[in-house]
Amino acid sequence: MSTPLVVSQEVLVPGGFELALRYLRRNKSLAVGILLMLLLTAFTVIGMLTIDVSHAYPLAVRPKQPPSMTYLLGTDFFGRDLFSEMVVGMWQTALIGILAGGLGTVIGVILGFVSAYFGGFVDAIIKGICQILTPIPVFLIQVVIAGSLDKRDVTIYTMAFIVLALAWMWPTLVIRSQVLTMKERQFVAVAKLSGRNDLGIIFAEIMPNLLPFIAAAFVGQVFSAVFASFYLAVLGLGPLREPLLGNIIWAAQSQGAFFNGWWWWPIWPAIAMVLVLGSLALINMGLDELANPRVRKTE
Amino acid sequence: MRLVSILRRLGFLLLVIWAASTITFLIPRISPRNPVRERFGELARMGGFTPTDLDKIVASFSAKFGLNKPLWRQYLDYIGSVARLDLGVSMNKFPKTVWQLLMESLPWTIGLLLVATVFSFVIGNLLGAVAAWPRSPRWLRGLATPFVLLMGVPPVLMGVFLMFFVAFRLKILPMGNAYSIGLIPNWSLGFIIDVLKHQILPALSLILGTVGSWVLSMRGMGVTIQGEDYVLFAEHKGLNGGTIFRDYYLRNALLPQVTGLALAVGTMVTSGIVIEQFYGLPGIGSMLYDAIKVNDFLVIYGVVLFITIAIALLMVVVEMLYPLLDPRVRQK
Repeated sequence: MSTPLVVSQEVLVPGGFELALRYLRRNKSLAVGILLMLLLTAFTVIGMLTIDVSHAYPLAVRPKQPPSMTYLLGTDFFGRDLFSEMVVGMWQTALIGILAGGLGTVIGVILGFVSAYFGGFVDAIIKGICQILTPIPVFLIQVVIAGSLDKRDVTIYTMAFIVLALAWMWPTLVIRSQVLTMKERQFVAVAKLSGRNDLGIIFAEIMPNLLPFIAAAFVGQVFSAVFASFYLAVLGLGPLREPLLGNIIWAAQSQGAFFNGWWWWPIWPAIAMVLVLGSLALINMGLDELANPRVRKTE
Repeated sequence: MRLVSILRRLGFLLLVIWAASTITFLIPRISPRNPVRERFGELARMGGFTPTDLDKIVASFSAKFGLNKPLWRQYLDYIGSVARLDLGVSMNKFPKTVWQLLMESLPWTIGLLLVATVFSFVIGNLLGAVAAWPRSPRWLRGLATPFVLLMGVPPVLMGVFLMFFVAFRLKILPMGNAYSIGLIPNWSLGFIIDVLKHQILPALSLILGTVGSWVLSMRGMGVTIQGEDYVLFAEHKGLNGGTIFRDYYLRNALLPQVTGLALAVGTMVTSGIVIEQFYGLPGIGSMLYDAIKVNDFLVIYGVVLFITIAIALLMVVVEMLYPLLDPRVRQK
């Protein structure tokens, strides 16, 4: 009787976390983007827990103070502490982004799946609507909606819905085209032949393969929601009471902040916005690389 | 065959215009704001007439603008007037028609956006092409990276930073407005120079805020083109680097970028509206902003429709011109 050859099974299988870290080392833009996003989140969360939120609203502190030890980033014309404004503004920006981006992605995924999977008449209608709406500059329509509202009705949530109302076309088209290619793959045919129903195929077969695309679409949606709400707020169409980042810039500009020498007033929200948009753009680029490995760096 | 495709595109264009005009018609009607009452309510507060007079005025104005008719009737009237290119009159600047207002502000906007788009396109594509070209010097290739990073800074934020560094700190350019306060518009050289000086920062904000995406897409395109057989063939034929770069590489890489141009104009207009408002410049963006403030709805429709039609038309033109640039498409 020969003893079976015992090969020692000492091959180290790295855990999921370590694999993710290794991937991030290759995908630099995703790594930097996530790091930046974590820092911004930490700033907002720790800020919300420690600052006095009422300082982000008018008549709370001495107005027009330059940055100092008491007021780290200075105070504005209306007596708001800019540091508190930054924390609350970031929080609200995140709220709008996640709400509008999340709902937009959900709508896009549902419409994209329905359109591509069932095809025919429904597909023609959904695709037609998306194609007709695409050339219309969405921002203009958003401006008209925001302008038509009563100023008192504009809140953070209405902002999110204004942004959402016309922003689901892009994820719909992206998901639709992905499902269309996915539908022709062999594993879907096998699943069909083995008697799986439509819902089973969609959720168990196609959806898991599309997760990177859905994640990329979500980040893209958050980016465009943050961007659109920022532009609306810079035009003075945002909720004027709230220290939304765009609102602060609008208020500073309409009080002639640079002209009067209060440079710190518009600068901080601008820097904060660059960090937010930059980290979202980096994450988006990184996820694109994850979703289509073919786009991976040629260098 | 050609005629059919042209007709199909024109039909699509009409659909887009119809959709845009329907959306712009419906939104202010659903709105709780009553533009006529708001406008005259403001005047009433400043003094003059009693509330009963206000009601009479509102009623007569509503009749004049057809606001007392049923909604479907208003809609048909509106679509009819859009078809006749009649955009109506402004309520806020009453005797002036929307077309007159558009004609007043258009030159400013077109001037700013045209210069910004052309510079952004040329600089971005050249930098992107050079960055992807393996034979270009190292420092030139590295130059593209900071421009790609600029993508995270949209034009308006660029406007804030430029205003801070150039106008506020260095004080070499004015902070805003169309021309220096106290000057009266005329065609003298001094005045024109003054106006141009005021346009530099807004244009620079738009250029720097949009150039990054051109660099990125052109670099990607350039990398693809390099691997093409005809570029390799040209190299083996022993053509000099300049010829290959210009005739074999750049021209082919530019083709898809031209299609992107029509889309880019859309984003440029969006940013232009906010930039105009931020720098206090006259133009379509400021016109829209002023109209929204007082809910001057015919002006709002007019501006939105005008921009939509202009962009959709531009897209169709670019699509139709594309076969002229790319013989491969022509033959199919």
